[in-house]
Amino acid sequence: MTGDIVQMGAYIGAGLACTGMGGAAVGVGHVVGNFISGALRNPSAAGGQTATMFIGIAFAEALGIFSFLVALLLMFAV
Amino acid sequence: MATETHGEAEAGLVFHPMDQFQVTPLFGAGPVEWFTITNATLWMGLSILVIFVILVLGARGRALVPTRSQSIAELAYGFIYKMVEDVTGKDGVAYFPYIMTLFMFIVVANFLGLLPMAFTTTSHIAVTAVMAMAVFLAVTVLGFVKNGFGFLSVFWISSAPLVLRPILALIEVISYFVRPVSHSIRLAGNMMAGHAVIKVFAAFAPLVLISTGIGLVVTPLSILAITAMYALEVLVSFIQAYVFAILTCVYLRDALHPHH
Repeated sequence: MTGDIVQMGAYIGAGLACTGMGGAAVGVGHVVGNFISGALRNPSAAGGQTATMFIGIAFAEALGIFSFLVALLLMFAV
Repeated sequence: MATETHGEAEAGLVFHPMDQFQVTPLFGAGPVEWFTITNATLWMGLSILVIFVILVLGARGRALVPTRSQSIAELAYGFIYKMVEDVTGKDGVAYFPYIMTLFMFIVVANFLGLLPMAFTTTSHIAVTAVMAMAVFLAVTVLGFVKNGFGFLSVFWISSAPLVLRPILALIEVISYFVRPVSHSIRLAGNMMAGHAVIKVFAAFAPLVLISTGIGLVVTPLSILAITAMYALEVLVSFIQAYVFAILTCVYLRDALHPHH
């Protein structure tokens, strides 16, 4: 058992921050799932909305990436 | 990112998954100054070279029936042109060259970073932050030049109830200034995370050399995982470049038409 308690806290915090990625996963899955269910109802309109889907994915994913950033900051910057 | 030297002290197969992101001078050793030619410089230069070969040399023939390289260039051009036109509208087409430049640089840098032993320039926040800040500043300046102070109406959502508008304005202002952060970290984070995961599996792959017992199970599994992650990374490389370009288009649309 070596190292100080601050480093331990940083590592635990980094691990906890990674749970935020689960939220991003739910968000991205929700966006794509709804897109697919809508696209299967009206396939002719689906092609034009692919870009909108990717914008939605990007916004949902950004918040998960913030948690990844927090984890990285705790690992390497604190 | 990490300035410590990981994994070099241990011998053999042990390496740190973040080692691949270290910026090292290309010639000799010494501190990395702003003018030092590093591996990041080399791979950015290679990206430019590849783009030049695809878009300039590949499409030089101007053949009516395109050759293979010409059709790659034409596909890329048509794809981005259509995206800019769809998202930004007809008057956004004037800014197509900028978005095409961004997209081509990011997609080629991402794909070059997938080569073994390569350095992924887009995995560094320093690189992506410059691109995102350039987009942010350009879009803000453009919004004020095109609309004057009417650009501020992008924060004032006139379709919402009057009571909600100040609260929404606050949220809009915050989300506007978070844009360069999320724009840059999305790309850097995706590239860094994917490559680090491949390296983590790569660290497990040679386990069969150490212990044949558990190694016979872990080694094939991790090689399979590397293959799967690599395939996913090829997809992610393209999608992230596309997302970066499409978000630039969305920000551009806000600047050109601030009224919701």
